[in-house]
Amino acid sequence: MTVSTSSTSGVEKTNLVTVTIDGVEVQVPPNTLAIRAAEMIGVQIPRFCDHPLLEPVGACRQCLVEVPDAGNGRPMPKPQASCTFPVADGMVINTQATSPVADKAQQGIMEFLLINHPLDCPVCDKGGECPLQNQAMSNGRGESRFAESGGVKRVYPKPINISAQVLLDRERCVLCARCTRFSEQIAGDPFIALIERGALQQVGTFDPEISGYSEGDGAAATLTASGQPFDSYFSGNTIQICPVGALTSADYRFRSRPFDLVSSPSIAEHDACGSAIRIDHRRGKVLRRLAGNDPEVNEEWITDKDRFAFTYARQADRLTHPLVRDESGELRAASWPEAFAVAARGLQAAGAAGVLTGGRLTAEDSYAYAKFARVSLGTNDIDFRARAHSDEEENFLAAKVVLDQSVSYADLETAATILLVAFEPEDEAGAIFLRLRKATRRGTTAVWSVAPFTSRGLRKLNGGLIPARPGDEVAVVAGLAASQELPVDSSTIILVGERAVEQPGLLTAVAELSGTTGARLAWIPRRAGDRGAVETGALPNLYPGGRPVAEPTARVDIAAAWGVSELPASAGRNTGQILAAAASGEIGALVVAGVDPADLPDPAAAAAALEKAFVVSLELRASAVTEAADVVFPVAPTTDRRGTFVNWEGRMRQFDAAMHNPASIPDLRVLAGIAEELGRPLGFRTPDQAFAEMVSVGPWDGVRPGLGDGTAGSPTPGGGPGLVLASWKQLIDDGRMQDGEQYLRATARRPVVLAPHSLLEGLGIEEGDDIVLSGPRGSVTLPIAVADLAEGVVWAPATAPGASVRDLVGPSGSAVSIGLLADEGGQS
Amino acid sequence: MTDTLTPVLTDNWDAERSWTLASYVGRGGYRALDKALAMAPDAVIDTVKESNLRGRGGAGFPTGMKWSFIPQDNPNPKYLVVNADESEPGTCKDIPLMMASPHTLIEGVIISSYAIRAHTAFIYVRGEVLHVIRRLQNAVREAYEAGHLGTDIHGSGYDLDLVVHAGAGAYICGEETALLDSLEGRRGQPRLRPPFPAVAGLYASPTVINNAESIASVPSIIDNGAAWFASMGTEKSQGFGIFSLSGHVQRPGQYEAPLGITLRELIDLAGGIREGHQLKFWTPGGSSTPLFTAEQLDVPLDFESVGAAGSMLGTRALQIFDDTTCVVRAVLRWTEFYKHESCGKCTPCREGTWWLAQTLARLEAGQGNEADLDLLLDQCDNILGRAFCALGDGATSPITSSIKYFRDEYVAHLEQDGCPFDPSASTVFTREGATA
Repeated sequence: MTVSTSSTSGVEKTNLVTVTIDGVEVQVPPNTLAIRAAEMIGVQIPRFCDHPLLEPVGACRQCLVEVPDAGNGRPMPKPQASCTFPVADGMVINTQATSPVADKAQQGIMEFLLINHPLDCPVCDKGGECPLQNQAMSNGRGESRFAESGGVKRVYPKPINISAQVLLDRERCVLCARCTRFSEQIAGDPFIALIERGALQQVGTFDPEISGYSEGDGAAATLTASGQPFDSYFSGNTIQICPVGALTSADYRFRSRPFDLVSSPSIAEHDACGSAIRIDHRRGKVLRRLAGNDPEVNEEWITDKDRFAFTYARQADRLTHPLVRDESGELRAASWPEAFAVAARGLQAAGAAGVLTGGRLTAEDSYAYAKFARVSLGTNDIDFRARAHSDEEENFLAAKVVLDQSVSYADLETAATILLVAFEPEDEAGAIFLRLRKATRRGTTAVWSVAPFTSRGLRKLNGGLIPARPGDEVAVVAGLAASQELPVDSSTIILVGERAVEQPGLLTAVAELSGTTGARLAWIPRRAGDRGAVETGALPNLYPGGRPVAEPTARVDIAAAWGVSELPASAGRNTGQILAAAASGEIGALVVAGVDPADLPDPAAAAAALEKAFVVSLELRASAVTEAADVVFPVAPTTDRRGTFVNWEGRMRQFDAAMHNPASIPDLRVLAGIAEELGRPLGFRTPDQAFAEMVSVGPWDGVRPGLGDGTAGSPTPGGGPGLVLASWKQLIDDGRMQDGEQYLRATARRPVVLAPHSLLEGLGIEEGDDIVLSGPRGSVTLPIAVADLAEGVVWAPATAPGASVRDLVGPSGSAVSIGLLADEGGQS
Repeated sequence: MTDTLTPVLTDNWDAERSWTLASYVGRGGYRALDKALAMAPDAVIDTVKESNLRGRGGAGFPTGMKWSFIPQDNPNPKYLVVNADESEPGTCKDIPLMMASPHTLIEGVIISSYAIRAHTAFIYVRGEVLHVIRRLQNAVREAYEAGHLGTDIHGSGYDLDLVVHAGAGAYICGEETALLDSLEGRRGQPRLRPPFPAVAGLYASPTVINNAESIASVPSIIDNGAAWFASMGTEKSQGFGIFSLSGHVQRPGQYEAPLGITLRELIDLAGGIREGHQLKFWTPGGSSTPLFTAEQLDVPLDFESVGAAGSMLGTRALQIFDDTTCVVRAVLRWTEFYKHESCGKCTPCREGTWWLAQTLARLEAGQGNEADLDLLLDQCDNILGRAFCALGDGATSPITSSIKYFRDEYVAHLEQDGCPFDPSASTVFTREGATA
């Protein structure tokens, strides 16, 4: 047999093997498991431990089939677990549909599974969507011989928490090991395992009583963990793949029956992965979210944040109606027409206006803001970046990111080398992390990371560290072009995180590395709307479709598409410049979407700008911006509207409204209302109309701008006399979109300061001791632990529940000092 | 009748301090090693193949063939793992062997490792027999000091390290892949095959796993030649083996004889059944092999004949029960053992043994009705051949075979609301006519 060399186009016909299942001949690719070959002829063999994305284990024995001919003319002597063996050419398989032996074998296993299973289906969360319940009906007997024969069930105390979020009911567990295999194979967090034996076998967690484990052992690992026994960002997936009700979430437990729920497919809004999800809701309220099944994107997995963080949209501070600031300076309720009129009047009166959109908008909304700024406000002063930003990044986005679709999830699996720059996938893009783990576990892909230390996520990827102190990254990346140890070539994919903007010259260096070596390059932003904002022109230097503002033909092109005679020709201001101009009075008004001033490089300056300007705020919930706004419009959360996210691949991820709420309208509808009051309408009022217009405007087919002169600023080397702070946001933190989900937040990793061993030695302190970390914005007391950081560098989480170093100490790159609790002096 | 015995492995057990290196060498020990090291490794494999030595752990797989499955072109190291996790109720051959003459096993390990080109070997010993582990560890130390282990063994240039590893008290670790998991430091549970250990065994490297008695037989084969070994036994089950007689015989113990000897002969050697009693039932190869009764006294104890008679030769663990024994009680005790030792990985064994024990306990107490016997047989039918490994199969053997031969006795329990036997009458401390 020849092996197909094409990995993506499927297997050629000649490679198929022919098997006969229940008398039906079927051709399947070689190495297809019997259980899946049977699915192809429409026979569903019952199963529990089998899962297409986990390695076969053959533990539950539910999928037994008869094999009268193994393909060599000889029968297999006993029933075989169809989830464990690949079909062979000429094989004959008889399932429960045609074989009395297979049927009896399956009935027997089902009977065994039920003897120790409690009869609490009426109160079990899984009841109604339970593979055990369903398959007991289809492949089991109605009455229990175990109970008739006086059998006594094994019992346990009812559920125990294996994390704040995940509860384990050991009585219900059928020991299929899906959860433990997921944790080990997929997530790389093997913190649950089967323990004990026989019928007392159970899912267990680490027990410090065993093996003389003491508090001091592995302090760094313990300190940086969440403190939960089952410590994983992906723990919720185990609940979803549990074939019984043994694993439940604190969040959903006893909340509803599955048959009362309406399920709507959607796209996760928490990161730039574009993960498919399913929203289950009842009477206008989201009860839970599950991973969708999208083999090209997130497969069947999502992060716990994607799964559990949805209550933010129903907090008490959710805006329900427009507000306008009255003469007394108070915000008061207003009708929509009044609010539109007040906003339009204010914008007109203010003269110049700037637009800050934040990174959470759908592509349609971003497009609406981009058009609103140019057509209705007559300005290029629009920027989606509510974080550190630079002109260099604008050039990079225009030259290397917009319209680019050269790297996909599938490519990550086939690349020989993945180089991560300023990117921590486990914290910043969970679906990418899992795909990288899949690739590295196979042993064909190596991951290297330019980072200050070997993070837990990098260890799970079996990745190599290319150490770089903050400020040294540019030189380190530039040096990789000639590296012998790590050959960067066309089989390499570089994933550069948005944090690269914090180091002047780094994005340029990465682009140059890609250019000189032929390595493919992808930019990974942190937010769901970031890439869509780039594509739709929510940037001062780009119009929609990648049209450069500086390019006159592009301007003519887009003006023609929009049916306007002219568009502003001068380059726009970026976020920092807009805020500075607003503070100085050059700009009189600001239109602000989902922006949290705390995310901005200079929150104080932002506050001053918001204070001074006429502010129109479009928000979901009351915020620091709405507090300062003159007109506030409530906008719809993703559950209430249609839309499209563009993920990091450049892939469009469209989703429909899960729920119908007429009072909840998208940003673009609000902008359309203001624009109409301004007399310069957008020409659309719904996401569908906006999308159709985006499609008809299409991408720019002209010359793409270059990177510019690149080194817009000089790197800030971290080799100064003091300590320099490296920092990034952790997946689960104090973000507003996790509000209302206490169980999720309880699984956040504990904030800790990481430092090189020498620093602890110099201070005469030990791991776990509390220290005071001080920086430009203040100080915070946190425990300290050791990591393989370079001398002079410490790391702390930018955000964490109750201890956001970004706000309390300073942003990444700050000069900081560490002091002991006792004395105030400290060392720097 | 004593000429039916063929003491080879047991030959030196009566020597003064037989477990010491001096005693072993004094009786020709480590002579075979020199012979083997002078041969090419493949020639050693061929000799073992020609001897037709079959695995003494119960399955009877040809040892030489197993060795030849090791892919020598595999770049990973090769390993020899000796399965000395002897835990089967009734089985008692490897432990006395290692107690009396550990060097026999060690010499076998060196020759076998040389043959398969392994440079690290492991003896996985049942953890409960601490005295045996200590004796084995001492013997390994002696062998290192004498240059039988370590680098450049006997000047041949061949290196071998031998590790004695103590198990942690699980019957399942006698299953070869569970043993490998345990040896790697994991919880012992059987692995999915393929890959087979010969291709990806210990640390995912080519591994031979042999029973201790199989490996201990190798030096004698090298020393005396394949033909000598093959001259003993029956046509397809050649050579000798240790037969362990326990229970109601006058002189229980290890009797080394050619395969094909009958229980009648062995009982004679053991001085007969306990005074004044008759043989009731027996296990040919430990509790996992279906029971026999007096009808099978003349079945030749070799792999084929025992199989043809409806059981398995297994580990030649002959547990002899006389007419004072309640078969239901005996089977319940075994079933409780399997319930306790089921690893929990697969459903039929884990849940099945849990249920079997309950059903049997009720029957022994005289509760239930005759339909429960059919239920019991149906449970066994749903376990046998459905479990992940042979543990589940073994758990059903005593039940199905005992119901086959002694259904009336089960029924008697139901009719008499309990056990018709005096449980103390079967004990060694019973006095004739004494009651509990």
